[in-house]
Amino acid sequence: MKNRGIVKLIFLYMSLILGATLILAPVVWMLSTSLKDPSHLFDFPPQWIPNPVRWDNYPTALNTMNFAITFRNTVYVTFMEMLGSTVSSLLVAYGFARMRFPGKNFLFMLVLATMMLPGQVTMVPKFILFRILGWVDTFNPLWVPAFFGRPFFIFLLNQFFLTIPKELDEAARIDGCGSFRILTRILLPQLKPALAALTIFGFMGAWNEFMNPLIYINSQAKWTLVLALNAFQSPLEPGAPVTHLIMAASLVVALPCMIVFLLAQKYFIEGVVFSGMKG
Amino acid sequence: MRHRSKLMQREALEGFLYIAPWLIGFTVFYAGPLIASLLFSFTSWDLLSPVKWVGLANYRSMLKDELFFQALKVTTIYSIFAVPLQLIVSLILAMLLNSKIRAISIFRTIYYVPTILPAVVSAILWRWIFNPEIGLINLFLKLIGIRGPEWLTSSQWALPALIIMSLWSIGSSIIIFLGGLQGVPDYLYEAAELDGANLWEKFRNVTFPMISPVFLFNLIIGIIDSFQVFTYPYIMTEGGPEYSTLFYVLYLYQNAFQYFKMGYASSLAWILFIIILLLTLLQTLLSKKWVFYSGG
Repeated sequence: MKNRGIVKLIFLYMSLILGATLILAPVVWMLSTSLKDPSHLFDFPPQWIPNPVRWDNYPTALNTMNFAITFRNTVYVTFMEMLGSTVSSLLVAYGFARMRFPGKNFLFMLVLATMMLPGQVTMVPKFILFRILGWVDTFNPLWVPAFFGRPFFIFLLNQFFLTIPKELDEAARIDGCGSFRILTRILLPQLKPALAALTIFGFMGAWNEFMNPLIYINSQAKWTLVLALNAFQSPLEPGAPVTHLIMAASLVVALPCMIVFLLAQKYFIEGVVFSGMKG
Repeated sequence: MRHRSKLMQREALEGFLYIAPWLIGFTVFYAGPLIASLLFSFTSWDLLSPVKWVGLANYRSMLKDELFFQALKVTTIYSIFAVPLQLIVSLILAMLLNSKIRAISIFRTIYYVPTILPAVVSAILWRWIFNPEIGLINLFLKLIGIRGPEWLTSSQWALPALIIMSLWSIGSSIIIFLGGLQGVPDYLYEAAELDGANLWEKFRNVTFPMISPVFLFNLIIGIIDSFQVFTYPYIMTEGGPEYSTLFYVLYLYQNAFQYFKMGYASSLAWILFIIILLLTLLQTLLSKKWVFYSGG
């Protein structure tokens, strides 16, 4: 019996390690390539630990991407989108979760329906709308819509609100608190983990967004990091002698996401789990 | 009584104030554009010359458009293979990660890493990995004496390559399955063991029914996502070779923003809308047969 347990444990660890190796190999390959001297790019068998290590690939790659400007653009768009989607979704979810008003259930159904609606369906008329507003080649189309609530966030926050006992609100109401103060003083502290998860979702979504910037941003001075990265690699064949620089640039673009994920993993994973549980 | 109805009125008013951002957003960014795109789908417009009403012409030319059918075919094939594979692999991995053993949280983190990478980065990385001569996969195959296929430059292998690649970043569905698995009470397994159930029977009769709502969630999200694939083919293959990776949304994007056929792109968008609507409805109806809600 005991032997069987050990065999099972060994099998389990071996499968997990095999899986982890397959998953990490591409990332390690990217890191290794990013530090290689171009003369070793095509070695066979491949060189996993670069020799010599070329740290200067990084500054070269960043310069090619116009990093100072594209980084600033990305931070601006990401910050605005995170702020907008979190704050507006909080207010909207509060309305749905705590107020009674006619047509509420129907309207909430619409929130759920739009959650399922791929953005590509409304891509063309939205482009035309923003073109009429004169917003093409500005950052506005990328973040202004976030200030009008994101259906997925509204849905998640609504579910979180429902887990907070209503007695809390009522006690505060008797003490003379208005609904906005109840939200900020009483409910907000309870919602911290949910808001943390949404902030991270918002960050990842905005930082990684490709299609919208691709559609709306033309001038190079307004490129976000992913646009710059795409422009860097697209004219080249894979395996062109600048692959090491492209890998270095890719890693730099991915790095903030990795850091945020590692630091805030707990909230992030709770958020993902929650979205599945209540869905 | 009067006082009470006044309070209720006030509450309703406040409620509408709180949801106002969404109401406006829904009108301006969802409902409005949805109706507008239906109207646009009956027109011909290149953004420069005046809008021309063409009736059903866009839909009629769609029926004669080989690329439209190619895009539908590519997306459907991708969906049929990638979604079930993703579900099976992520469920197996979630069950492994659900073990109560040491260092398991490190594995959970590792399995999620690819999912947080920006799609553009993953696309660039895998374009290099799939390189026939110097990519990681074919180098590995060469080491064990197999000559790997041409992957992204072969019209036969490009789509399978994208399907394989999609299995790399399934962190979200792993985590959602994991959440579901952790919600299965231990006593159910103990009872099954007392009845002499083997591993498969335990999965079939305990695990699967208990996580079926989560399975449905991942299935619906997986299918919707599969109809939205854009970044990978855009960067890795540009829809080629020979249109073998011309995904629906990529074709939609090309019509709108490369050929500036706004009317035709709108009709493509409406067909996409109808497809997704039907698929989601179908799933919800079928799910009544196999999804088990405990304590509903």
